[in-house]
Amino acid sequence: MKAPVSWIREYVDLPAGVTTDELTARLTALGLKLEGIHSAGADITGPLVVGRVLTVEPEPQKNGKTINWCSVDVGAANGTGEPQGIVCGAHNFAPGDLVVVILPGGVLPGNFQISARKTYGHLSAGMICSARELGLGEDHDGIIVLPADAGQPGDDAFEVLGLREEVIEFEINPDRAYALSLRGIAREAALAFGAPYRDPAARTVPEPNDLGHPVEIDDPAGCPVFVARKVTGFDPAAPTPDWMALRLQQAGMRPISLAVDVTNYVMLETGRPIHGYDAHKLTGPIRVRRAREGERLTTLDGVDRALSPEDLVVTDDSGIIGLGGVMGGETTEMSASTTNILVEAAHWDAVSMFRTGKRHKIGSEAGKRNERGVDPVITPAAADRVVELLTTYGGGTADPGVTVVGTPPAPPQITISYDLPARVTGIDIDAAATVANLEAVGCTLDKADSTLTATPPPWRPDLNDPFDLVEEVARIVGYDRVPSVLPREAAGRGLSREQRLRRRVGRTLAGAGCVEVISFPFVGDAAFDALGLPADDVRRRTVRLANPLSSEEPSYTTTLLPGLLKAGARNIGRGATGVALFETGTVAFPTDRGPAPIYGVDWRPSDDELAKLFEALPEQPLHLAVVLAGERERAGWWGSGRDAGWSDAIGLVRRLAAELGVGLEVESATRAPWHPGRCAQVRVNGVELGHAGELHPKVCQAFGLPARSAAVEIDLDLLMRHARDVTPGPEFSTYPLAKEDVALVVADGVTAAAVEAALREGAGPLLESVRLFDVYTGEQVGEGRTSLAFALRFRAPDRTLTEEETAAARDAAVALAAERTGAVQRS
Amino acid sequence: MDREPVRVARARLPRLDPVSGPNTDYDPVEVTPLKPEEVEAARDAALAAIAAAADLAELKQVRIEHTGDRSPLALANREIGALPPQARKEAGQRIGQARGAVNQALAARQEVLEAEHEERMLVEETVDVTLPTDRVPTGARHPLTTGAELISDIFVAMGWEVAEGPVIEAEWLNFDALNLGPDHPARTMQDTFWTEPAENHLVLRTHTSPVQARTMLSRQPPIYVVCPGRVFRTDEYDATHSPVFHQVEGLAIDEGITMAHLKGTLDHFAARMFGDGINTRFRPSYFPFTEPSAEVDLVCFVCRGSGEVDGAPCRTCRGEGWIEWGGCGVVNPRVLRACGVDPERYTGFAFGMGIDRTLMFRHGIEDLRALFEGDTRFTTAFGTEL
Repeated sequence: MKAPVSWIREYVDLPAGVTTDELTARLTALGLKLEGIHSAGADITGPLVVGRVLTVEPEPQKNGKTINWCSVDVGAANGTGEPQGIVCGAHNFAPGDLVVVILPGGVLPGNFQISARKTYGHLSAGMICSARELGLGEDHDGIIVLPADAGQPGDDAFEVLGLREEVIEFEINPDRAYALSLRGIAREAALAFGAPYRDPAARTVPEPNDLGHPVEIDDPAGCPVFVARKVTGFDPAAPTPDWMALRLQQAGMRPISLAVDVTNYVMLETGRPIHGYDAHKLTGPIRVRRAREGERLTTLDGVDRALSPEDLVVTDDSGIIGLGGVMGGETTEMSASTTNILVEAAHWDAVSMFRTGKRHKIGSEAGKRNERGVDPVITPAAADRVVELLTTYGGGTADPGVTVVGTPPAPPQITISYDLPARVTGIDIDAAATVANLEAVGCTLDKADSTLTATPPPWRPDLNDPFDLVEEVARIVGYDRVPSVLPREAAGRGLSREQRLRRRVGRTLAGAGCVEVISFPFVGDAAFDALGLPADDVRRRTVRLANPLSSEEPSYTTTLLPGLLKAGARNIGRGATGVALFETGTVAFPTDRGPAPIYGVDWRPSDDELAKLFEALPEQPLHLAVVLAGERERAGWWGSGRDAGWSDAIGLVRRLAAELGVGLEVESATRAPWHPGRCAQVRVNGVELGHAGELHPKVCQAFGLPARSAAVEIDLDLLMRHARDVTPGPEFSTYPLAKEDVALVVADGVTAAAVEAALREGAGPLLESVRLFDVYTGEQVGEGRTSLAFALRFRAPDRTLTEEETAAARDAAVALAAERTGAVQRS
Repeated sequence: MDREPVRVARARLPRLDPVSGPNTDYDPVEVTPLKPEEVEAARDAALAAIAAAADLAELKQVRIEHTGDRSPLALANREIGALPPQARKEAGQRIGQARGAVNQALAARQEVLEAEHEERMLVEETVDVTLPTDRVPTGARHPLTTGAELISDIFVAMGWEVAEGPVIEAEWLNFDALNLGPDHPARTMQDTFWTEPAENHLVLRTHTSPVQARTMLSRQPPIYVVCPGRVFRTDEYDATHSPVFHQVEGLAIDEGITMAHLKGTLDHFAARMFGDGINTRFRPSYFPFTEPSAEVDLVCFVCRGSGEVDGAPCRTCRGEGWIEWGGCGVVNPRVLRACGVDPERYTGFAFGMGIDRTLMFRHGIEDLRALFEGDTRFTTAFGTEL
């Protein structure tokens, strides 16, 4: 909402010397948020004057253009009183016209310095200005031609053009619809300075009578008040007065024609949207009702709209002529030949306005006000003001008919105790201050001993609850008076188990050299295809968005890998030789358990109802994913580097599981997007946790990642659920260690884990650790066979082991491995 | 390591006579090696050789030649047994003293040479400590993660708890329960992602407020919770807007809670986040879930409210002296009622701000997109704690 300061001052006597900055500061403190202060022409420095064109000599140029060599009377502004010689390229003017001239020494927007200079064979002493050159708009069809009565040659053009006047732009919160008018803003300014206020809507209006255009309201809840007035003999060619056009422009609206401009002007002045009909085009009485299924209307903007039975429509005998309160129809639109105007000022149900505007995607200035709530009481006054302006400037006469149907809805009555503002805000506000401030905002008070009952003024439909009154009192008292006090100390339980575990997971991965990323959780088929997911893969069943930002990514993701792989490729693309990234984030799987209910808000839903609500949500597990691409260890003076591979990925999951004290099972698996021979399924207690390993070569290619990049994706919720809460202090022996290394030859396909498990079990309780330290395939062990070398470490808790004991344990371990896996000890 | 060739001063060794046989007649017999001058000569030769030994290898050779089994003093020592008893004492004393002097000198020289050797070793093992050491790349956690943790920790230290909830949320919890009914004009302020079909009434939460509602629905006051999390709005992605961003909201419900407690809490939060003396101010505003409502501004922590840095307008607050931080207010009693909290007994306050934006001005991040690109150069700069 843009409000020229002079317009505000028209309704409030601000103390002398109040600057615009002071005014906006006070209004901000009251809740009218400052968006900016505009001042057209602020960057122009004079002399900018009115000139009268005396002569115009067209001179064709070699370049095909024709310039005009003009003499312009600028009065005494040039110091000599002689006409000023100026070259002008525009052609939209003639001798006798009043124009705007900037004289040498002036500066136009963009630091454009004006001086007398030689051009096209003349000494051009100044410039005749266009609106664009003055920074007043984009119109550059020609120079500004002022109305004949705009002033005399030599007059200061700043004043004539309304330049340099400050216009305050406010960001009006939805609850303060009254401030979408000068009436409301001036009222706040009066409140801010305790200054006298004149209500522009306070006027004596003619009594309603039966002489006016007949109006019937079928839906008084949707349209409680409808006022119709008529102006006849209006001159459609009558121009909009300059002051009105200027104010409309300052307020951000484009002047169109007097009839339209007047309705807009009165809307800005009073906040009440007005609609004008060409009265000749109306047939029969006006009726307001809800639309019927299948009805259509072509609105002023030329859009043919299918109406909903919830839409309020205005009709006459010809059918629907307008979408009530939102936008008029084409058939009764005012035009350049309209001489009889029917003025509609109506009060509409805000909720209907909101729904209709949203349904038809119409965001008009009228709709904005109607859906937030307009003062219903001033409806006749607004219509009367329109009639006054139309007849004053358009030369018509006011028809004696005054139609007023309906009565304004009764305002609520709100009872509060006198100390409620103090109790809610913590500011020391006594009963007298509560009363004074509520009266200051226009409430009518009924004061009892311990409580007061406030009737809010009709322009404040936002005041309904006791706490609404508290805010009114508090904002006038001043939010800067709210003391700063810490609440009593709460006995909190600290971070939850899961919150602590998540931090632990993040630190562990960062400690392992991985960098956390956060990517958008939106996904589409292209990403699933790039991952090589089969058509029936569960990850392709997504929670889809009804209004995605991009139709390429219409779903909430089921896997973190697409975002992560893209981030990996982005780093490689930007020159990284290796990258290790991780992300923890929510993924979603549809459950199709029906819609989530919408309950009322007047009381808490029951536990059963809430359970139904929670149940309707998709499954949203927290996932963890890792991508490792390119160098995992750098090459350097120490030797060569090492690229990441499948074992790094599985190693990270192992490290994480160990950190959380979770026993992990690793088994070979086949699953996209991993390499079928280099993918591990990781499990906890037999339940799938996720997968890790090398990515499929096609996937690396599709995402632009280096060959042999590796990845992990696991269900982090599941892992954390199994995390050990209390780690038992380990016991360990300090007796000497006994070492035995064994090399076992096994057939291909026998896993290291199987051999190790057999060794572990066979070795018995003296075994402290087993570690695979070498894997060999080649001639020495024969085709189709592998040699696995294990380091066995034995130790007893209570004594030094003898060689015989150690050897016996080793032999038992080897024997069980042989039995279980066919392993043969290499000699 | 290269070692210097061993040089031994052989030339100065005295010539030795053959070892004498046992003395059978017990008469004092003059045996050449036992002559005092011979002993002294052998001792002096040993001492000279020890002093001349240039390194540990030479000293080892000297030790063998002058104290070894075939050294003059060892041979002389062996001759003592051949002397008649009355002569043994004197000879023994003489030889013992000589051997003692030699051993002492050896030990002293050994110590000196060892020290020299160690010093030389240390010099020779010198490396270029400026060589790169970044063999294993550094990991890091995302500043949005650690930022949310920092904020959580500030509140946990005040006895608050950290509450969380799902990102795909029931419409009722995201809007209705928070006094944003289906026809509330404020719903147009929220550009909401809906899941398909829209009749399922599920949204990507537009704020973390449904977590507040869930908390109130699940327990009775006193409630002091802070809710950090990811939220969604249908904003186009640019340097200052993102369809995915992060918020932290706070909710306190207790007996006797006022706006003053809200101010106190936010002032404390601001000071912990931005430094002592950095506090907040309120401007009246509108949010459906609070009444009265306020915008929270933060004293600019760079110019400390002056709006100027070194005579130029402060870049962090654009010369305003204040930074817009978030919204807050007293919880609307309608919200308490919908969530099962008795508005006659309890009052509460709530606040919320963007974590992304907070980090942007706290760390001078110019482009919001840096947070979501995953460039490791950005993230590693923040390390593992904010």
